[in-house]
Amino acid sequence: MPFHISKDEILETVRMVQSENLDIRTITMGINIQDCRHRNGNATGKSIYKKIVKYAGNLVKTGDEIEKEYGIPIINKRISVTPIANVADGLNRDEIIIIGKYMDDAAREVGVNFIGGFSALVHKGFTHGDEELIAAIPHVLSNTERVCSSVNVATTKSGINMDAVYLMGNIIKQTAEFTADRDGIGCAKLVVFCNAVEDNPFMAGAFHGIGEPESTINIGVSGPGVVLNAIRKHPEMDLGELANVIKKTAFKVTRTGELVGRVASQRLGVPFGIVDLSLAPTPAIGDSVADILQSMGLERVGAHGSTAALAMLNDAVKKGGAMASSYVGGLSGAFIPVSEDAGMIEAVVAGALNIDKLEAMTCVCSVGLDMIAIPGDTSADIISGIIADEAAIGMINRKTTAVRLIPAPGKNIGDWVEFGGLLGRAPVMKVNQHSPTGFINRRGRIPAPIHSLNN
Amino acid sequence: MEEGKKLIITVLGYDRVGIIATISAILAESQVNILDISQTILQGFFTMVMVVDMSNSKADIGQLRDLLVEAGRTLGLEITLQHEDIFKFMHRI
Repeated sequence: MPFHISKDEILETVRMVQSENLDIRTITMGINIQDCRHRNGNATGKSIYKKIVKYAGNLVKTGDEIEKEYGIPIINKRISVTPIANVADGLNRDEIIIIGKYMDDAAREVGVNFIGGFSALVHKGFTHGDEELIAAIPHVLSNTERVCSSVNVATTKSGINMDAVYLMGNIIKQTAEFTADRDGIGCAKLVVFCNAVEDNPFMAGAFHGIGEPESTINIGVSGPGVVLNAIRKHPEMDLGELANVIKKTAFKVTRTGELVGRVASQRLGVPFGIVDLSLAPTPAIGDSVADILQSMGLERVGAHGSTAALAMLNDAVKKGGAMASSYVGGLSGAFIPVSEDAGMIEAVVAGALNIDKLEAMTCVCSVGLDMIAIPGDTSADIISGIIADEAAIGMINRKTTAVRLIPAPGKNIGDWVEFGGLLGRAPVMKVNQHSPTGFINRRGRIPAPIHSLNN
Repeated sequence: MEEGKKLIITVLGYDRVGIIATISAILAESQVNILDISQTILQGFFTMVMVVDMSNSKADIGQLRDLLVEAGRTLGLEITLQHEDIFKFMHRI
């Protein structure tokens, strides 16, 4: 052969794409919009719109061309922008709502399905801009289709802003109520972070961080199906050997992302940022992280042993992926959303998986309590309590954690919420009803942990 | 990563008369040069991997894929067409 790849290797690659759902989950273009600031919401929004259309006008077309040429599906093309709270500081809530509308219009114009960056970083406290932006979140998420929002309430270096945790419990409730006619879908586009990263390509939590260049291309790969099949082939292996198989598979999956990233960056004339080494499931059968854990030998995900299995999976994916990419970044860890993973949903229905076990699992993987529907009458304080716990896990373990909960209006345990598409469907899960109100109402700031003092 | 125009075609399905003839004819018509063919038949199951060069072809890769997939549908074959870089990147460091 004129180049030395064996037939088996070629067929392996073809099988990964054809029957194991190997794909590029997202090409996300980060765009700096700090220069779009004007005196009012309308002028600022217009300027942001123009810049997005100018920079990302060819994003979808280029992605489609690469998909055709390389025969690798590229599922989503997306955009992240500088946190709007920074750009719009000095404007009031109503003007920021107008900016959200322009973001939505820009996303529609260039043909991307989500745009991230309706965000604020408030881990140590609020600026006026942060306060106005957070107040605008429920309005923007209910009146736009493609805008995604995130709020960073804690970091390992600065501790947990409990005022923000308190506030976000209410904002999530309000967002659910504003989109009550659609099962609270607004909340599926709202992430509360600890240790948010600046180069995350995945929605809903993507934003273009302050330390990022003018524009950049970040890639999110996917491949739970590929890892699943690799594990299924080796029922006899001990876990050390299995970790090696996962590493090799993750290497191959990540290489695809690296290639697509380099080609996209070259064709768009935008620097290549990072490949995010996350295992991102979809509602499609066989594209499930839960199935991987079960193929390792658990009857159902949620069984005792799930956390250990996930820890090993997550670590092996990173080790294999790190070697495959020149720049690794983003969230880089296995995602365990409920509504977006058919195996997780089955485990919840079977009574094997509950929110407490999910919380434990977030200690060892990316990225948090994700896409979990809870009863619509859950109080804001309980939601704040859940956020505080998750932020504490992130803060102490120096990792990113997040909460994306949907308190589905009018729904109770056992009911279903239906979002469709990549967001999927989810059974409403039980939440501990004992009140954290006294704790949450103390507010203030939980100080940074001792191991943040590492200078 | 090269901007070259070498592609890998794979063909999978049950063996029958005329598979290679049909595919070669499509490639010839589109001015696509075959650089290498490797083919096996195992218990009636046909597997072929072709390396082709389309740098002199006027067709674009999407059109060529459509032609091949369509021919594959008639013959009951699964045909894929991908840029060679995918394989190089995935299997070689």
